[in-house]
Amino acid sequence: MSAIRWRARRGMLELDILLSGFLDRHEHALDDDQIEALERLLTYPDAELWDIIAGRREVEEGEKRLVELIGTN
Amino acid sequence: MEKRKFDVAIIGAGGAGMRAALQLSTAGCNVAVLTKVFPTRSHTVAAQGGITAALGNVTEDDWLWHMYDTVKGSDYLGDQDAIEYMCRMGPQVVYEMEHFGLPFSRLQNGKIYQRPFGGQSRNFGGDQATRTCAAADRTGHAVLHTLYQKNIQAKTHFFVEYMAIDLVRDGEGRVLGVIALDMEKGEPLLVEARATLLATGGAGRIFHASTNAFINTGDGLGMASRSGIPLEDMEFWQFHPTGVAGAGILISEGVRGEGGYLVNSAGERFMERYAPHAKDLAGRDVVARAIAIEIHEGRGCGKNRDHVLLKLDHIGREVILDKLPGIREIAMKFAHVDPLDSPIPVVPTAHYMMGGIPTHYRGQVVVPAKTGPEEAVQGLYAIGECACVSVHGANRLGGNSLLDLLVFGRAAADHIVEYLKENPTSPPVPKGGLDLALSRLARWERPDGEERVADIYRDMQKIMQSHCGVFRRAEVLEEGLQKLLEVRQRLDRAAISDHSRVFNTARIEALELDNLMEVAFATIRSAIERTESRGAHARDDHPERDDENWLKHTLAYSDGTIDYKPVRLKPLSVPSFPPKTRTY
Repeated sequence: MSAIRWRARRGMLELDILLSGFLDRHEHALDDDQIEALERLLTYPDAELWDIIAGRREVEEGEKRLVELIGTN
Repeated sequence: MEKRKFDVAIIGAGGAGMRAALQLSTAGCNVAVLTKVFPTRSHTVAAQGGITAALGNVTEDDWLWHMYDTVKGSDYLGDQDAIEYMCRMGPQVVYEMEHFGLPFSRLQNGKIYQRPFGGQSRNFGGDQATRTCAAADRTGHAVLHTLYQKNIQAKTHFFVEYMAIDLVRDGEGRVLGVIALDMEKGEPLLVEARATLLATGGAGRIFHASTNAFINTGDGLGMASRSGIPLEDMEFWQFHPTGVAGAGILISEGVRGEGGYLVNSAGERFMERYAPHAKDLAGRDVVARAIAIEIHEGRGCGKNRDHVLLKLDHIGREVILDKLPGIREIAMKFAHVDPLDSPIPVVPTAHYMMGGIPTHYRGQVVVPAKTGPEEAVQGLYAIGECACVSVHGANRLGGNSLLDLLVFGRAAADHIVEYLKENPTSPPVPKGGLDLALSRLARWERPDGEERVADIYRDMQKIMQSHCGVFRRAEVLEEGLQKLLEVRQRLDRAAISDHSRVFNTARIEALELDNLMEVAFATIRSAIERTESRGAHARDDHPERDDENWLKHTLAYSDGTIDYKPVRLKPLSVPSFPPKTRTY
């Protein structure tokens, strides 16, 4: 989880705020599948991750709920 | 301690660091790039606008017109040799990026797309020019991806998730490399290099309201400052008038262009008082200052009276949904209001740092010495937002920052190649050469303290925002300096509770705060001394520009000393542009 905390630091302020807020709220409640999905999301380039959160880009079924939680700041 | 040896160590993998790395690797140098985050996640990604260069693809253009605009935009504080070099090199570095594969948008005729930006003119102040080369609204993203791919091809060695701690210097002042923290292991690494290049970007996190990403903590400036190098022109920070209060995300001028306007706590449309004709569409600096004055005089909104409101519900549902969907999304996500029926809370928000580590136009760090005001520090270079070369002077023009990092990334690399030929062997690291870095790392191992890093971090940001932001007067600044001194004393009594080794974000934030403190002090001390208004530095008690006394660069040292050096008014090959009143 500590690596995820650091990798939530991004080039875009929008993502910094959404991801750090998300971790503050949900860090301890995530299950293994969600952690794996989060790790996958964090490998996207910033511009693409922002598109995903803004709903302009599709993600896999297993990532949808996570994306929704991140976007609900 | 683990040691590695390279020809060149580059700190930072944004556009500047990667442009330099590519040039050096291609020239056959053994290059290490150390970066806190994965290269394509650097803050360069946030540069949406484009790269300004006089290609003349849309309107006739000339690099000399671009030079004139940049000198004027800088409010005559920019160094004209560096500005000439940047503008003259502009087209070449853009075409190079095109050849590297940067996916520029295209005009009908297939040439690189260019868009008009503020402050761009033809024929020395005439009609609007169209000069900024763009890859849709993602030019920064495209620059990073293109340069990263080329660097992988050129076999640049990336150290990803390494935070540079301090420079290593010998008794003669030569820079021999850096000590960095391997975040994954939590262990220090000594990187020895014959040349070290700082490309760590801005430090906008010193302000409470900032558009900068969390990583923009001025690490290179902190390192330079602690090793005795002054920081240049730190009083000059560009503020955007309307960032979302409490978040910093920009709300573009487009909202006011569509008819949105600002109101204070009394519901008054206050811009009518400050700019009776242009009102809410006055220049950025005018609007930012008006908002700051409203807040300073107690007419701010909210329970802390610390912001104003941007009202747009009156322009109608259809206009908002049709023309401003992105703005609505930002307002809902970051201000938790739907602009269809509620105004957006906004404040002037720090955006870009014009000052930085002093360099000449080929990227080498220069400091005052017995022999003159600009003597080279052997083995040390700086480029991009962390450097002050100085092409932006007192105020940066849009599109000039991406150009800055490409031109000077390349120029510094070329100078380093020559420097390495003249300095074929690396001097030994002296005993005690690592003490500065190691003591800083050890300091955060301390088990307990009564103060928390996060509290000090936030208090520093709030002091800088209210005492050294857009609204500046002697007594406001002096009070800010006193408060900042108190906060720094608290830093001595602070500790972190998490002492784990692997990706310890608390430890990294404490180390970043050390750097931000260096930047904050240099900023407020420089702002106190400069008793004139020039570019982004607007003193309410000294509203005029004063060329007789202040046409000079500030140099602020870590120990509190302030020095000055002349502006380079003489370009490399063309006549000088003498200071004139700046009107648009």
